[in-house]
Amino acid sequence: MTDTHTIAFLLNGQPVSAEVDARLHLADFLRHTMKLTGTHIGCEHGVCGACNVLVDGRSARSCLMLAVQADGTTIETIEGLTASGKIADLQREFVARNALQCGYCTPGVLATATELLEHPAPTRADIRDALSGNYCRCTGYHAIVDAIEAVAQKRQTP
Amino acid sequence: MTASTAKMGTSVPRREAARLVEGRGRYADDIDLAGLSHVAFVRSPYPHARIDSIDVSAAVAMPGVVAVLTADDLASVCAPWQTRLALLPSHVSPPQTPLARGEACWQGEAIVAIVAASRALAEDAAERVDIAWSELPAIADTEAAAAPGAPPVNSALASNLGLDHSFKTGDAEAAFSTATAVVEHDFTFDRQTGVTLEPRTIVAEFDPRLRHLTVHHSHQVPHQMRDVFATQLRLPLANVRVVTPDVGGAFGLKLAAYPDEMAVAAIAVLLGRPVKFCADRLESFISDNHAREATVRGRMAVDADGKLLAMDVSVVSGFGAYSAYPRGSVGEGLQAVHMSAAPYRMANFRGRVRGYYQNKAPSGVLRAVGQPIATTVTEQLLDLAARQLNIDPAEIRRRNYVDTATASARSAGGIILSELSLERCHERLLKLMDYEALRRRQAELRKSGVYRGIGLAAFIEQTAVGPSLYGPQNVRTSAQEACRLTLEPDGGLRCATSITDQGQGTRTALAQIIADELGVHLDTVEIATGDTQSTPFGGGAWASRGVALGGEAALRAVRRLKQNVLTIAGSLLQTDAAALQLKGGNVLSAAGLAQMSLADLAATVAFKAHLIPLTELPSLEITESFAPREQPYVAANGIQAAHVEVDPELGTIRVLDFWVVDDCGRVINPLLVDEQIRGGVVQGIGAALYEQCIYSADGQLENGSLADYLVPMASEMPDIRIAHMETPTSATTLGARGVGEAGTVAAAAAIWTAVNDALSPFDATMTAQPFTPERVLDRLAASSQNESEG
Repeated sequence: MTDTHTIAFLLNGQPVSAEVDARLHLADFLRHTMKLTGTHIGCEHGVCGACNVLVDGRSARSCLMLAVQADGTTIETIEGLTASGKIADLQREFVARNALQCGYCTPGVLATATELLEHPAPTRADIRDALSGNYCRCTGYHAIVDAIEAVAQKRQTP
Repeated sequence: MTASTAKMGTSVPRREAARLVEGRGRYADDIDLAGLSHVAFVRSPYPHARIDSIDVSAAVAMPGVVAVLTADDLASVCAPWQTRLALLPSHVSPPQTPLARGEACWQGEAIVAIVAASRALAEDAAERVDIAWSELPAIADTEAAAAPGAPPVNSALASNLGLDHSFKTGDAEAAFSTATAVVEHDFTFDRQTGVTLEPRTIVAEFDPRLRHLTVHHSHQVPHQMRDVFATQLRLPLANVRVVTPDVGGAFGLKLAAYPDEMAVAAIAVLLGRPVKFCADRLESFISDNHAREATVRGRMAVDADGKLLAMDVSVVSGFGAYSAYPRGSVGEGLQAVHMSAAPYRMANFRGRVRGYYQNKAPSGVLRAVGQPIATTVTEQLLDLAARQLNIDPAEIRRRNYVDTATASARSAGGIILSELSLERCHERLLKLMDYEALRRRQAELRKSGVYRGIGLAAFIEQTAVGPSLYGPQNVRTSAQEACRLTLEPDGGLRCATSITDQGQGTRTALAQIIADELGVHLDTVEIATGDTQSTPFGGGAWASRGVALGGEAALRAVRRLKQNVLTIAGSLLQTDAAALQLKGGNVLSAAGLAQMSLADLAATVAFKAHLIPLTELPSLEITESFAPREQPYVAANGIQAAHVEVDPELGTIRVLDFWVVDDCGRVINPLLVDEQIRGGVVQGIGAALYEQCIYSADGQLENGSLADYLVPMASEMPDIRIAHMETPTSATTLGARGVGEAGTVAAAAAIWTAVNDALSPFDATMTAQPFTPERVLDRLAASSQNESEG
C-alpha cells in the first residue's frame, strides 16, 4: 500500500497540495492530515451524511471520495463555511431553534442545507426530501426542518 | 440573551450549540496525542467456535505494527469480570476478558488486538492473523436456547436460561374466568441497536512512572467507568481519570463496559503508550450492545363497561452472549412485565419473564428499557378489548386511568405512581389533534378505499431513578448526582456537576437554575461536566435523571450559596441579611438600590477577608448531592397519538401526523424538552416501522451495515406536535421529572394501535415489529385466507 499521488486543490479558499496514499479517503484526509475535525465519520459507506462537504459547490460524501479525487477541485468544509460567514444565518437559526443535540450530524446537515438553500422557497417536504441523506439520531428532524425553512423565508425577504 | 430570559421555564438556546454548528465539537476521535497508536481488532467470524490456536507472526511483521495482542497477553494487567446481580442469584453471566479466551460466543467478539501507527496499517495486519477455529453449535433464537438439551451458548454455562422471574397481584385467573371480554395477542419485538452516529471511541494513555491512567471515552457515565477501569486494571481510584468529551449520541448504548474498550485501556497500561480505538460502522453493528429482542404473549380481561380487570403477560427476552457489564441485561424483560398497565387501575396481574443467552451480540440498555414493550402490549390489548365491546379507543382509556391526583398508588405491576395527570393529558391531546374530526375524516376516506388509522398510547415513564435500582443488586454505579458550585473572585459562577450531557441540554438547564436563583446573567454561569478529575462523584446520564436529580443538587447548592453571599453582604454592609436581595449580579438593599456587585463581594472574600467582621466566614464554594431515597424513582406520564395511512396493496405505511402531551413536572427549558421528546418519538417510530437486526438461524447478522439496517430519515418522519402539562413532583424542591425517554416509551405503541386501527376493516392485526411491507402484506393475506376458509 505504498502507492501515493500528489494532489492540489482549493480547500476553504486556500490552495493545498499533498502527497496522499491512493487508498486514503477524503474524510480521513480532511480529519487526520488537515486536522479539520469538523467533518465527521458516521458510516464510511455513504449512507449517513455526517461527512458531507461541498465539492465544487455540490454536497458530497467525503467518505465515498478518495483524496486523490479531490485533485483540481474546490472543497469547502464546515470550517470554511463558518469562516466565510456565508451560512452564519443558518447556523444562528440552528442554535436558536435547537436544531441539533449531540451535533455529530450537524456539519453534514449544514453542507446539505447550504446547497438546498441555493434553490428558492423549498417546501417542508422539499427540505425533508433533501435531508434524507443525512441521518440524525437525536432530534427527530422537526427543528432542523423548521430552521432551514425559516432561513429560506428570511433569504426571500431581505 | 438577557438576564430575564435565563429564568427557569423559558426557552434558552444551548451555549455549546454555537460551537457545534461551527464544527468545533471535540469528540473522542478528534483527540490526538503525541505517539498515539491505533487499535484494530480481529473479531470472530463465527457465532460460536473454539479457538484452537492463534498465529500472529505474520501480523507482527507487517509495516507500522507496534504489537499484536491476545487474551493471554492482557491477562497480566486486566482481571476478568462477571456480571452478577445480587437479587437475582440465578442470573449468572460467564466470566469475561477483554479479548476472548479459548471460545468465541458471538460473531463480532474481539479476539486479537493489533496496535499500529495508523488504523489502516492495523487493519492490514489484522488480515494476516491466522486463527484455527473449531465451529461449535450456535444458538440464535430464544426458542432454540430454551429447547430441552439445547447446547450451551458458552461452555461455562450450565443452562441458557439466565432469568426466570414471576410476579403476581390479586387473582388474575379468577378475573379472567368471570370477565365479559377477554382478548389475547402475540407480540414479537425484533432486536434493535442504538446506532449512535458517533461510534464507540476510546483513547487511553498511561504514565508508567506515576501509574496514572487517563481515558477519553465516548461514554455517558465517566464515574462508573473510572471505578471499572480502576478495579479491572488494579489501580487506585485516584490514579484513574475518565473524561467524556463531546459525545455523538449515546441512548444507553454507551453505559456499558465493553470488552474491546477494556482491551484498549489494558493495552495502554501494558505498553505504557497512548492508544486509540474508534469502532467503524460495520464493527459497531456486531459489537455494540443490542436491545429489545422479545416475544410476548399478552391477555387482558375487561368488564362490560370496558373496565380493566386483569392482565397476564408472559415475556421471553433474548440476552445475547453475555449479560451487559455492570448493569446486566435483565432490565428489558423485567420492565416489559412490571410496567404493564402502569397508567391504569387494575386489580389483578400475573407476569412472567424468562431470559435466555444466545450466540448473538450481548444486549443492554437502549433508551426506555423495556417500557416500550410494556406500553405496546398494554395499549394494543386495550384497543382489541375496545373493539370487542364496541367502545371508542379514547373512551376505554378515559374509563381506566389511575387517579393519583391526591394520593400515591401502586400499579398492578408494582409501579409507584403519584401526582399524575393522565386525564388532563388525555383531554389536551384530543383537543390538540381534533380527535372527533380525524375520526370523521377516517370514516369518509375508508369509503374511497383509503385506510387511515388513529392510534393512542398513554404511558408512564420511570424517571429520576435513585439508588434502590442498582444498589441492592450490588452494582457499583452511582444514582446520586452532585453539584459543586463556586462563586469565583471575578463574580462568575462555576458549577461542576456529576451529570453528563450528550446534547440533551442539561448543562443549559442547570445554568438556568443557578442564574435564576442568584439573579445573575446566564453567561456568567459556567458548567463543567464529564471529567472525573474536575467534577464531583455521581451517576452521569441514564434513566432520565439529569435535570430531575442533577438540577435538584444544583438548586440546593445555589440556595445555600445565596444564603452565604447574603450573610457576608449583610456583614459588610452592616445590615440585616434577610433584607437584602440579589439581582442583576448585584446585592440590593430592601429599597432595591445596588449596594455592591457579586464580583466585589467575592473579591473581598478571596483577597481581603480581614475586612469582613464575621467570626466564621461562610464558604463561597458549596457541594450538594441528591438522590431520591424515599422512593425508587419519580414516575412521569403522558399520552401520544399517531395518524397513519396504510396502503393495502403495497403494505407500506406513511406516518401522517404525530402528537405528544407530556407531563415532566416543572419544565426548565421548553425548547430543549420538546426536541428531546421528538427525538425519542422518532426512535420509537423507527422501532415500530424500520429497525431490526436480522440474524440467520445460525447466528450471523445479515444486515450489519447502515445501508441495510434502516434508521428513520427526515423524509419519512412527520411533524411532531408537543404540548405539556406541568405537575411538579413533590419528591424534590425543583419539581422537575425526567423526560429523556418519554418519546420512546410510547411512540412505537401509538404506531401499533394506529396501524392496527387502519387494518381493522380487513380484520388483520400486526403481531411483529418492525412493520415491514412484507409483514403487513402477510397479515392481510392471512386474514383474507381466514375469511375465505371461514
